[in-house]
Amino acid sequence: MNYQTFEHDVIVIGAGGAGLRAAIEAATQGATVGLVCKSLLGKAHTVMAEGGVAAALGNVDLRDNWQVHFRDTMRGGKMLNNWRMAQIHAQESPARVNELEAWGAVFDRTKEGKILQRNFGGHQFPRLAHVGDRTGLEIIRTLQDHAVHQKNIEVFMECTITHFLKEGNKICGAFGYRRVTGEFLFFKTKAIILATGGIGKSFRINSNSWEYTGDGQALAYKAGADLMDMEFVQFHPTGMVWPLSVKGTLVTEGVRGEGGILKNSKGERFMFRYVPPMFKGEFAETEEEAKRWLAGDKSARRPPELLTRDVVAKAINAEVKAGRGSPHGGVFLDIASQRDVETIRKKLPSMYHQFKELANVDITKEPMEIGPTCHYIMGGIRVDAETGAATVPGLFAAGEVAAGLHGANRLGGNSLSDLLVFGRRAGLGAAQYAKENSSIKADTKQLDTCATELLKPFNQKNGENPYEVMDQLQKMMDAHVGIVREEKELQKAIDSLAQLKSKVKNVKAAGDRTYNPGWQTCLDLENMLIVSEAITRAAMERKESRGGHTRIDYPESSAEYAKFNFVLRKKGEEMRVEKEPLPKMPAALEILIKEGTT
Amino acid sequence: MSEKTAKIKVFRGDEKGGEYKEYDVPLFEGMVVLDAIHHIQATADNTLAVRWNCKAGKCGSCGGEINGKPRLMCMTRMDTLPLDKPITVEPMKTFPVIKDLVCDVSWNFEINKKIPPFKPKAPLADGTWRFSQEDADRVQEFRKCIECFLCQNVCHVLRNHKKEEFAGPRFLVRLASLEMHPLDVEDRLSLIKEAFHIGLCNITKCCTEVCPEHITITDNAIIPLKERVVSRFYDPIAKFWQKLFAKNDVTK
Ligand SMILES: Cc1cc2nc3c(=O)[nH]c(=O)nc-3n(C[C@H](O)[C@H](O)[C@H](O)COP(=O)(O)OP(=O)(O)OC[C@H]3O[C@@H](n4cnc5c(N)ncnc54)[C@H](O)[C@@H]3O)c2cc1C
Ligand code: SF4
Ligand code: SF4
Ligand code: FES
Repeated sequence: MNYQTFEHDVIVIGAGGAGLRAAIEAATQGATVGLVCKSLLGKAHTVMAEGGVAAALGNVDLRDNWQVHFRDTMRGGKMLNNWRMAQIHAQESPARVNELEAWGAVFDRTKEGKILQRNFGGHQFPRLAHVGDRTGLEIIRTLQDHAVHQKNIEVFMECTITHFLKEGNKICGAFGYRRVTGEFLFFKTKAIILATGGIGKSFRINSNSWEYTGDGQALAYKAGADLMDMEFVQFHPTGMVWPLSVKGTLVTEGVRGEGGILKNSKGERFMFRYVPPMFKGEFAETEEEAKRWLAGDKSARRPPELLTRDVVAKAINAEVKAGRGSPHGGVFLDIASQRDVETIRKKLPSMYHQFKELANVDITKEPMEIGPTCHYIMGGIRVDAETGAATVPGLFAAGEVAAGLHGANRLGGNSLSDLLVFGRRAGLGAAQYAKENSSIKADTKQLDTCATELLKPFNQKNGENPYEVMDQLQKMMDAHVGIVREEKELQKAIDSLAQLKSKVKNVKAAGDRTYNPGWQTCLDLENMLIVSEAITRAAMERKESRGGHTRIDYPESSAEYAKFNFVLRKKGEEMRVEKEPLPKMPAALEILIKEGTT
Repeated sequence: MSEKTAKIKVFRGDEKGGEYKEYDVPLFEGMVVLDAIHHIQATADNTLAVRWNCKAGKCGSCGGEINGKPRLMCMTRMDTLPLDKPITVEPMKTFPVIKDLVCDVSWNFEINKKIPPFKPKAPLADGTWRFSQEDADRVQEFRKCIECFLCQNVCHVLRNHKKEEFAGPRFLVRLASLEMHPLDVEDRLSLIKEAFHIGLCNITKCCTEVCPEHITITDNAIIPLKERVVSRFYDPIAKFWQKLFAKNDVTK
């Protein structure tokens, strides 16, 4: 078997915000870094992020600080977050955002010439640094241009990692293939940082790209690492619902941040009816008060459209179920009646463009039709808050692929800051680990098995079409493990997953190894199955509703279930779901959450 | 869903050559060309190669030529094309084809590396900077670039194999975004003239016409850069003043 060999101190898998930031940090620490990604550089999910990056800079409202950000994040996550990650994140994100400016990012400005911040759901004060509605592009390009000038980083574009190698219990290498040629690649390394993003392709209606097949979660799981909080999948309340071609495509929360309101088919601004007890008294109670808030009156409370995403998504779902939906099964999101044409086009240019070109809707004149879409996963690889270390030595994770920061629900804007804060920390952690474990050797005997597994789809004679199997999996997950769940539906999903597993064993690839999307899909399916099973099994065990996880058979949150996270572990061929008690939060932080900061 | 179908002629092949294959695809509401390609990929031929990520005009992966015009496949609606004859979909012509609709754009990433990085002026005492939205506006237009390389694809200088010499519109846009950056103090003007050969651009504006982000590449990026080059290197009075207030020049 032929393969190319490369050797680096640290291999970073993924070149989105988390991977790039991690690679920069590890290289700065003196480690040699291989940065591997499935697409071209600059095309990772991070490029699509729209609304902004959350950091308590206090540029727009002086009352903001890390304590408020910490409190918002914990309450948004329904207290299931790892408190230490939430604290680090709130404390360090301002420095990470300022650092981007030092590397050339050009954020929108306040009148005083500082970085401007906008309102977003769940954030008490305007907190999201942004560039119109293309913040992710600004961030990825800044990081990318900074990274390519680092001497120690070697970039491997359009390469897919499919296997990890271990020596004893330690990571010692990664194996994969180069898309353009189909040739095999072996990366010898001391440490691996997973920054592979999410799992959205497990569902049919999603805002994600072809890359989101849960590769990182699956690779870590197979290597023996813990996955955590996998039941918590975020359905973003505002995806496009029409036309069919763009069903699921994201409409940024920035629309609501800039004043956009939600209405049902009767013209009612229904969110006033859905304020959960935890947030009672913190939101505007009348349209008049919401209007004053929009006009900048600091004594007015935020409009209920800015409740957390889990709450808004469920409210929309309930309105549609009650027969008050829009013609294409969503509700209306209206910014036209709230802001003038110029402001809309200046602050939401890509939304304007997206609706104009793809739906023939002029958002400065008409409301948009929107509904929930699978967007993000809060769960993922269980990591150490300080270093990003997973539970397997030599394995690190950061960004969407890691769990902990967001608990049961993520606040908008907290992902981009997550990438920067924990990308950097994982880079530090892995570089340090590589230094301390410089003698790791890889056993190349394992490579033959990897190659045989990769080539298997070419040897299936009457195998399944991988695209058909993927379609079946997605429809099944939408139907049984979607935004509202219940025991009998989840059981159906478990049964279907078993059937799909045997189909996936049988998928076939035609043609040769050169840039072959069918082959790639065959390889993706195994990962998709693993993460789909993890989501379903964890969802089955959490017999309550909390954040992104809603059970109609257990509609309330339960104090008992607030005490632990569910962790998934591989035991032989079986996927085990086990309880891990939440780490104990220091009293000072607990008080902060209960009493607020003012 | 309607029963209507469209015919699509897709380039299938590689650097050595290939052929145009015709496929029937069912039409549905709001369908874009990328949907048609995905349909073929999922049903008729799993090996059909195409790049895409966002399917919303944000990542710049899916550039190609549709009925001979450089476009993003994900932003080109089928109902804007004449459906009485087959729609032709081909890879960009200026770069070597890898397979089907995918071409080798790695040259662009190499050029990018040659651009001296951003170098900020000293921050205020608190470690941050101040600048106005008007200053930001000037470069934010350039920073909208999604690196689809469609402008590189249509530029006749690059088409005529001047890739060794000319950086192309995409990277002149990037150079403009750095040169006009309110905080940047690096000087790239001699490079723009000597290494990236801005002089080869004769302002045909073909690049501006195809940019899906509507960046006014020629008028706002290239022409102002050309003017800066002219006043630095050809205008004797300006030269005198520049000597007096020389920025640090990276080529020296
Ligand atoms: C449309 C949209 C808008 C959003 N808006 C916002 C926002 O405004 N604010 C916010 O905070 N968050 C937002 N998010 C969420 C946020 O953008 C993502 O969670 C975040 O960008 C993920 O970053 P990442 O670095 O973890 O992964 P990504 O940026 O997704 O990068 C993953 C990388 O891993 C690589 N990879 C994956 N598998 C493999 C493999 N097997 N081998 C090699 N490489 C692999 C990929 O190629 C890619 O380079 C948005 C998300 C979407 C989809
Ligand atoms: S204007 Fe200049 S850069 Fe643009 S296409 Fe014409 S020659 Fe090329
Ligand atoms: S300048 Fe426009 S056409 Fe050129 S690469 Fe950027 S977005 Fe594409
Ligand atoms: S797929 Fe991203 S621009 Fe077309």
